[in-house]
Amino acid sequence: MIKSELIAKLAKDNPHLYQRDVERIVSTFFDSITDALARGERVELRGFGAFSVKKREARVGRNPKTGEAVQVEVKYTPHFKTGKDLRERLNGK
Amino acid sequence: MSDKTLTRADISEAVYEEVGLSRHESAELVETVLGEIAAALVAGHNVKISSFGSFVLRDKNGRIGRNPKTGEEVTIAPRRVLTFRPSQVLKQKLNASLRDS
Repeated sequence: MIKSELIAKLAKDNPHLYQRDVERIVSTFFDSITDALARGERVELRGFGAFSVKKREARVGRNPKTGEAVQVEVKYTPHFKTGKDLRERLNGK
Repeated sequence: MSDKTLTRADISEAVYEEVGLSRHESAELVETVLGEIAAALVAGHNVKISSFGSFVLRDKNGRIGRNPKTGEEVTIAPRRVLTFRPSQVLKQKLNASLRDS
C-alpha cells in the first residue's frame, strides 16, 4: 500500500470529508512524526510501535575500494520498534 | 536525545489545528490512519509512504536459540517481523536539524 492508496481508502470510508482534507490529515500525521524526530524526540504510538532517533558517532571510515581513510560525520538515524499488539497480530495471534 | 515523547494526543492536536475538524473527530481519524496501516501490514502488504519511509515485512525462519542467562536451549518459531526503512528525505531532515544542535 502506498500513500495515495491510504488516502483513497480513508476517503472512501469517510465520505463526509473532502478529499483535500483527507490528504491534509495524512500529511499532518506523517509531518508531526517527522518534526518530532527532527527535534530529537521519541514518538510512541501504543499498540503500533515507537520511533526514536539513534546517534551514530563520527568515525574514520575507509573507502572499501581504495582503502583510503575518510572522515565520516556524526549521523542521526530514525529507528522503529514494532509494538506488542501489532507484532502479535502479524503472527496471527 | 530529547526526553520528550510525541503521542497520539499530540498528533490529534496537530490534525485539529491543521484541518479544522472537531478534536473528537481529529482523534478518531488519527486512530483510523494507524488502523489502516496496521490492517495492510497484517494482511501481508508492505506500506510505503513517500518522503517518510517504508514498513517492510520480513519472514524469519525458525531456529534454536539459547537463553543467555541460563544457557538453556529454546526453539524460536518461524515468525513475521516488521522493519521500518526511513526514506532519504526523512534521514536528511533529521541530520539537517540535529547535526548543529
